[in-house]
Amino acid sequence: MTSVLLSIGTPLTEFIDDLKFVFIEKDRYLQLLTGFLNTLKITAGALFIGVIIGIVIAAVRTSYDKNRESMKLRGGLGYYVLGILNAVCKVYLTIIRGTPVVVQLMISYFVIFAASDNGVLVGIFAFGINSGAYVAEIFRAGIMSVDNGQFEAGRSLGFNYFQTMRYVVIPQMFKAVLPTLCNEFIALLKETSVAGYVGVIDLTKAGNVIAGRTFQYFIPLITVALIYLVMVMILSWLVGRLERRLRKSDR
Amino acid sequence: MTDNVLIKVEDLKKHYNGGNVKALDGINCEIQKGEVVVIVGPSGSGKSTLLRSLNLLEIPTSGRIFFEGVDITDKKVNINQHRQKMGMVFQHFNLFSNMTVLKNMTKAPMTLLKMSKEEAEAKALELLDRVGLKDRADAYPSQLSGGQKQRVAIVRALCMNPDVLLFDEPTSALDPEMVGEVLDVMKSLAHEGMTMVVVTHEMGFAREVGTRVIFMDEGRIIEENNPNDFFENPQNPRLKDFLSKVL
Repeated sequence: MTSVLLSIGTPLTEFIDDLKFVFIEKDRYLQLLTGFLNTLKITAGALFIGVIIGIVIAAVRTSYDKNRESMKLRGGLGYYVLGILNAVCKVYLTIIRGTPVVVQLMISYFVIFAASDNGVLVGIFAFGINSGAYVAEIFRAGIMSVDNGQFEAGRSLGFNYFQTMRYVVIPQMFKAVLPTLCNEFIALLKETSVAGYVGVIDLTKAGNVIAGRTFQYFIPLITVALIYLVMVMILSWLVGRLERRLRKSDR
Repeated sequence: MTDNVLIKVEDLKKHYNGGNVKALDGINCEIQKGEVVVIVGPSGSGKSTLLRSLNLLEIPTSGRIFFEGVDITDKKVNINQHRQKMGMVFQHFNLFSNMTVLKNMTKAPMTLLKMSKEEAEAKALELLDRVGLKDRADAYPSQLSGGQKQRVAIVRALCMNPDVLLFDEPTSALDPEMVGEVLDVMKSLAHEGMTMVVVTHEMGFAREVGTRVIFMDEGRIIEENNPNDFFENPQNPRLKDFLSKVL
């Protein structure tokens, strides 16, 4: 049972022996692989749900802010439907942003989906719902940053509200929010490290389990940290490339 | 001549702050096919509000607007369909910054009029050629000068084959040396018989191209006349005062 300091100081062969012991013996690397894949699954799934929720909520909230006056004048049911939807969105944002994600995760797993033991799916659900609240506000800020003249030009050509959003406002909004959105994705990826609270073997949990079994903390935890780091670096790189492509229209 | 009426406005009112601000205070007017109606007036007189009400970018508080015989203030009317026939040109151009010039022009005809890509692009290029910008078809709006942007904005509206073009101070945001190139395009359109409603401060354009000039102040139409009498023989003291300041 070499201590951390000693394992740094030991010669290379001994370090390789430790690596073998920690990861190869009893195929413990498989745990790490499972954890890595689960982290990826939860993050990707939550990302997808978060972006969908984000777009819908941002659209409802900005549409309410922008159109309520004219809809009131035009009359009809739309004004009330939009008002109710806007209120629902606000309640959702308040609750989700007002409580810790771990608590939301545990409520999802032990209360809402108590009958299910598929922790990964519950994780996707909980983190997706959580991320949606933050993405919604990012998108809302982005939509508001798009000049209203762009919207009016779309409507004046005969596009309806949704066409104008889809062809004109959302592409411009997306470009404006990409850096902030990337931030949110990075935060989400790392937040999933609490999935272990509901028994999911994610990357962090896997590292912890291996550490517990082998009484070696340095190697598994540093490995886990490095894997997160590399994932975040790849993600930033991809977003950076996307940003450069989208910036074409700015010359 | 009533069958020639393109737009008819009846007692149009637009109030803000529960009636404290009356941007439009009972407007009545008619616009015939082929007319070039120029609306002038001091800032805050409601001329832009009136223009923007014609395609319901502003929702009026009361009153009615008939476009080609249809009351477009009726809640059951699908305004998007009528807007396709009313092109609009804005003070700040409002070209879609995420699209190339060509895409700006073809997106709406392809989506709304179900025009084929080839047909839409051929038409767009032909129009661009007319305003001398064919070589900028693949440029993004940020790469154009103000005058170029506004010329593109005009032909973008033309791509939808509108029955009327609404101009909201089309030269006010331009550097002085670019005003001429935009006015030239507008003049040639007028000569081809396009119906136009133009809010502008360009009195020279009003006099030369307009078939009728409307003077607005405090949300009302104060005086309207043919350009010659409007400028040479104004009746209302407020118009006289206004002209003495701008001419």
